[in-house]
Amino acid sequence: MTRRAIVNKLMFALCGLAAFLTVSTLFLILAYLVYNGGTSISLDFFTKLPGPSGHPGGMANAILGSAEIIFFAAVIGLPIGFFSGIYLAESADPWLPAIVRYTADLLNGVPSIVIGIVVWTVMVVPLHHFSALAGGVALSLMLIPITARSTERFLLQVPRELREGALALGADKWRTTATVIVPAARRGIVTGMILGIARISGETAPLLFTSLNNEYWSAGFKEPTASLPVMIYTHAVSPYADWHRQAWAAGLVLLGLVLVGNITARMVLTQGAKRS
Amino acid sequence: MSSKMSAKNVSVSYGPFQALHDVTLDFEANKITALIGPSGCGKSTFLRSLNRINETERDTRIEGTITLNGENIFDIDVTEIRRRVGMVFQRPNPFPKSIFDNVAYGPKINGMLTGTTAEEAVESSLRRAALWDEVKDKLHDSAYALSGGQQQRLCIARALAVNPEVLLFDEPCSALDPIATARIEDLLVGLKEHCTMVIVTHNMQQAARVADDTGFFLLGKLIEHDKTDLIFKNPSKRETEDYITGRFG
Repeated sequence: MTRRAIVNKLMFALCGLAAFLTVSTLFLILAYLVYNGGTSISLDFFTKLPGPSGHPGGMANAILGSAEIIFFAAVIGLPIGFFSGIYLAESADPWLPAIVRYTADLLNGVPSIVIGIVVWTVMVVPLHHFSALAGGVALSLMLIPITARSTERFLLQVPRELREGALALGADKWRTTATVIVPAARRGIVTGMILGIARISGETAPLLFTSLNNEYWSAGFKEPTASLPVMIYTHAVSPYADWHRQAWAAGLVLLGLVLVGNITARMVLTQGAKRS
Repeated sequence: MSSKMSAKNVSVSYGPFQALHDVTLDFEANKITALIGPSGCGKSTFLRSLNRINETERDTRIEGTITLNGENIFDIDVTEIRRRVGMVFQRPNPFPKSIFDNVAYGPKINGMLTGTTAEEAVESSLRRAALWDEVKDKLHDSAYALSGGQQQRLCIARALAVNPEVLLFDEPCSALDPIATARIEDLLVGLKEHCTMVIVTHNMQQAARVADDTGFFLLGKLIEHDKTDLIFKNPSKRETEDYITGRFG
């Protein structure tokens, strides 16, 4: 074999190995979670409060708390991100959209713990309370740039012919956007939103400073609230083996929800592609 | 003869590139005018000035005057101009909506549904576009379920639904097979009683078949404009003769 052929084969094998490692990581994590936490998943896990070591109970309050925090994040972050995305895609201004786009990308790159500290300073400290609402605000700051950029991307994929078709009928720009462009990009936009929510639902750092944690049911959205990521953290750093198993189980539930969200989003998108 | 639309000394530039030089051309009412010429000759640019849709492209500059019934179109609100001067595009571009909603779109956004119902407006437009019999039982199916030729006739119906005075066609058959093309050509001739039409085409036989008048463009200039018969049988300019006899283009 010539030297060239050997190098060719070797490099290709290396790339293949790297690709295999990339894919196998997810399955390794899943297997680990199932192995360590699978036995702790029972009806109790979804219905009971966490208990002391020896009576580990469940994580019902954290599941509900996560849902509550993500709900706040979605209510705040999705509309702002969506309308910013429309602005980015449709504005005719030569400079402002570029500045907004660049800033959104920078915001997207802000370390999540920094977002946590900022929200702690502007919300938790003045209100004297850790709260689910503050957690939602912190996560929404991460959701806004993700939603804005994905909305923009899918709006720009709408063929120019559709836009001109509406304009040629006497529609103004806003009408065209609202009645033709956005509906045409609907599936993509929704997919982007689902992926964004999946992305923020595992964030821990912003919640440590904002919603904190709670061993019990939260007394309300203005009170400290348990969440799955923070619960994983507190259980994992404890010295108890049964708490560790609870943390693995919580990780499995969280990853499961994220995977279901991702897969649903992709199915929505491919079905849309088939139909149009 | 009365002119429905007239262009006087129209020049169009995209940034530093001047695509159209000093074009003067009248469109007679209830006639079809074909604009022919090789690719890049400015005929589409000219067409896209007539409903001001090329203003949506950045850095477009239009000089000269274009009038509709004697009124300068640059003095009229742009959405009104586009309603009165409709356009059908090169590739069928139905909206991702039902057949019904596609046709009802224009009347709805222009507030034209007082007195008539959407059903009536949709039926009469689809009839004028010779599509009614093929789609009357599936009005609420997606427009994408139709064939290419049907989609193009749907786009014509959609344009007709706002009762335009002038209808512009930008190579409307270039994506269609010969049978679908023939149907569209028949349709255009039949629409003359409703509106004035301007059609850009690469297909000289098509211009000869449907157009009353023909204008020949070359390198951004209008070389010649006359009755279609004269343009094809006895052109007065050398360039026109060279083009229609296939010596270039």
